[in-house]
Amino acid sequence: MSVLIYLIPLAMVLGLCGLAAFIWSLKSGQYDDLDGAANRILNDDD
Amino acid sequence: MPAMNDDIGGYDAYALHKTDENGDDIVSLNIRVSGVHCAGCIQKIESRLMDNDAIDYARLNFSTGSLVMRWHGDVDMANDFVQQVSHLGYGVYPLDQIDDAQDKENKFLLMCMGVAGFAAGNIMLLSFGLWITNMETMGVATREFLHMISAVIAVPAIMFSGRPFFKSAFTALKNKHTNMDVPISLAIILATGMSLHQLTQQAEHVYFDSALMLTFFLLIGRYLDFRARANARSAATDLMSTLKGFVSIDQGDNNYKKIPIRDVKPGMVALVAMGEKIPVDGDIIKGDTMVDTSLVTGETVPVAVKTGDHVYAGTMNLSASIQVKIAKAADDSLLADIVRLMERAEQAQAGYTRIADRAAKLYTPMVHTLALAAFALWWGIMGMAWAPALMIAVTVLIITCPCALGLAVPVAQVLATGSLMKKGILVKSGDALERLAAIDMMCFDKTGTITKGEPTLVGDYQIDDLQLAASLAVHSSHPFSKAIVRAYDGNLLDITSVSEIAGQGVEGVIDGQKIQLGNVSWCGDDTAIEFDKALSSVALNRDGHMVEVFHFEDILRDGVQDTLQMISDGGVCLDLISGDKNAVVNAVAQGLPFDDALGGMKPTDKYNHIEQAKADGHTVAMVGDGLNDAPVLAGANVSIAPGTAIDMAQNAADIVFMKGDFHAVGDVYRMAKRTQTIIRENFAIAIVYNMIAVPVAFMGLVTPMIAAIAMSGSSLLVILNSFRLRMQK
Repeated sequence: MSVLIYLIPLAMVLGLCGLAAFIWSLKSGQYDDLDGAANRILNDDD
Repeated sequence: MPAMNDDIGGYDAYALHKTDENGDDIVSLNIRVSGVHCAGCIQKIESRLMDNDAIDYARLNFSTGSLVMRWHGDVDMANDFVQQVSHLGYGVYPLDQIDDAQDKENKFLLMCMGVAGFAAGNIMLLSFGLWITNMETMGVATREFLHMISAVIAVPAIMFSGRPFFKSAFTALKNKHTNMDVPISLAIILATGMSLHQLTQQAEHVYFDSALMLTFFLLIGRYLDFRARANARSAATDLMSTLKGFVSIDQGDNNYKKIPIRDVKPGMVALVAMGEKIPVDGDIIKGDTMVDTSLVTGETVPVAVKTGDHVYAGTMNLSASIQVKIAKAADDSLLADIVRLMERAEQAQAGYTRIADRAAKLYTPMVHTLALAAFALWWGIMGMAWAPALMIAVTVLIITCPCALGLAVPVAQVLATGSLMKKGILVKSGDALERLAAIDMMCFDKTGTITKGEPTLVGDYQIDDLQLAASLAVHSSHPFSKAIVRAYDGNLLDITSVSEIAGQGVEGVIDGQKIQLGNVSWCGDDTAIEFDKALSSVALNRDGHMVEVFHFEDILRDGVQDTLQMISDGGVCLDLISGDKNAVVNAVAQGLPFDDALGGMKPTDKYNHIEQAKADGHTVAMVGDGLNDAPVLAGANVSIAPGTAIDMAQNAADIVFMKGDFHAVGDVYRMAKRTQTIIRENFAIAIVYNMIAVPVAFMGLVTPMIAAIAMSGSSLLVILNSFRLRMQK
């Protein structure tokens, strides 16, 4: 059971990384224009 | 139809000016762009702007239609950039400030959902360990350790992501009524609080996982609901933005200057170029022209006006530039009256209670009584200690918490609007389908709604005559001319010295002969050939002899007959209300299953007609496309507009169908009915689930694992049932 001491914090750190990535993507406006994003994929610039 | 203004001015007043750390000038401007439909449009606009060296950033938000641009340099460049967008063929409007309340709400919900999802996932990871073993294998120390970590994750996460519910419940309670969020908040808070207490007692069960999962599921429902309603932006605000345009005012000595419409005063003289919208009500002091009044009256045929005639704001100047002496300030114009009528209509709309809220009204007291009864039974009658008795009451609250109810409505509505979207039908507000399913009366505008809104040539004609007429008609922008050109496909003859005479027709010369196409009274002969006076007609005259009379009709859209019959068979009363002449309205209504056909209705008449019907206890849907319909669209219980409608009507409508076919109206009505059936089924599922789960909870047999299974099980069932909307056509 002592392995839990490492694994649980590790799992939480990984989860927090995911959460941080989500918060970053939200703050940088990636959810502002979902319909636009769906359309932009059809543009073949750069 | 976006206005193509050749000289755009005044936008510099809306630009924001800043100086960055290097001392460079940074200017930013937000404008609204209309007519953006696809990926190509986004790219066209953005790359056109980015081709300017000065522009650092240009981004078009497809969902809201707002365009943000930033550049370094002069503020006055704003007009140039806006003009570039306008020249691509898009309508541009100034935007005072971004309405970002909705944007913030969206981000707030997403953030709460993200945090709840993260926390729920991590707690589930720990809870699985707790569920699948027992105390003998795990040991008390490990169990307490896992409980403790759960608490560390859950308590802050719930405090953070429960806020949408807590706030709404608090507001409701403060105003002395309840909503769905009251039992939700109570269940979440009590479950968390009691679990903390259990933790200090080193008890076997804690319910942090249930509390978080509840929050997460309900946030999903809340977010879907918000997304579905986000598009329903205030139509009146949008309308006002058309009043925000600019107008060229005579400064004396034929010197014109652009000023914002809102600053216009009576007595000023405005120059309205050909193809421009007349910005304010006034009288013509110079120039003869044709005016398209379809926005205001709904009539398709342009009206000829001359010096001394009165023109209304919002009508389009078609054939020649005119000078208009302004009679009223913009606030007093007919357009402004319509805006006010719309605002009133929107305020009246606020009274609608959605089905979910009606369910909550019944549900809340029942759930609370049950939980209270459970506590009273175990603590008062069975003599249990207060803590475990309260815990049982909390499990009753968790189990009955309206997870399924919270998902039942938004999931069904999101799926229904999604599949309608694929058919080219845009549903702007989530509850529009709900309201549509409840109607017992449907009113239709005529021009542009059940008819195509443009004259079509009817009858058979000599090919030579048609060729001659078309050759002349290409030089004119009159709807009849366009109809003739559409009806003819072949070589055109070369006609010289063509001129258009406002209100009469076009004339030109071929092989030394004078050719005229226009009013029968102008170039025709009332007696020579029999013609049907009920139809709109145009005569063709060659060298002084009338050779042909062309007839036009505004023909019905495809599928009008079937669709009206289908809706009428469903027991819905159908009315035709139009601004057009009574005779024309009756001719159109002939053979269609209308209960009533009214012509000559002004915007206020239409509005009053709907209000009267609503006062008589009808639930009314309105289908219309013109500016004259906009107040009615906003005032009706639910409203539908075709994609060909003017922007204001599209904004005011709850549902917009993009394809020309009238079957869309039938499709959306059928889908609304189906969605309502599915929602009722979902409620039934939730009730059956509660009838099974509540007694179990009442007996105190619900462990955290059972709570988790029951909750996800019922939510999953509701979601799967909603997906049936996708399976059938």
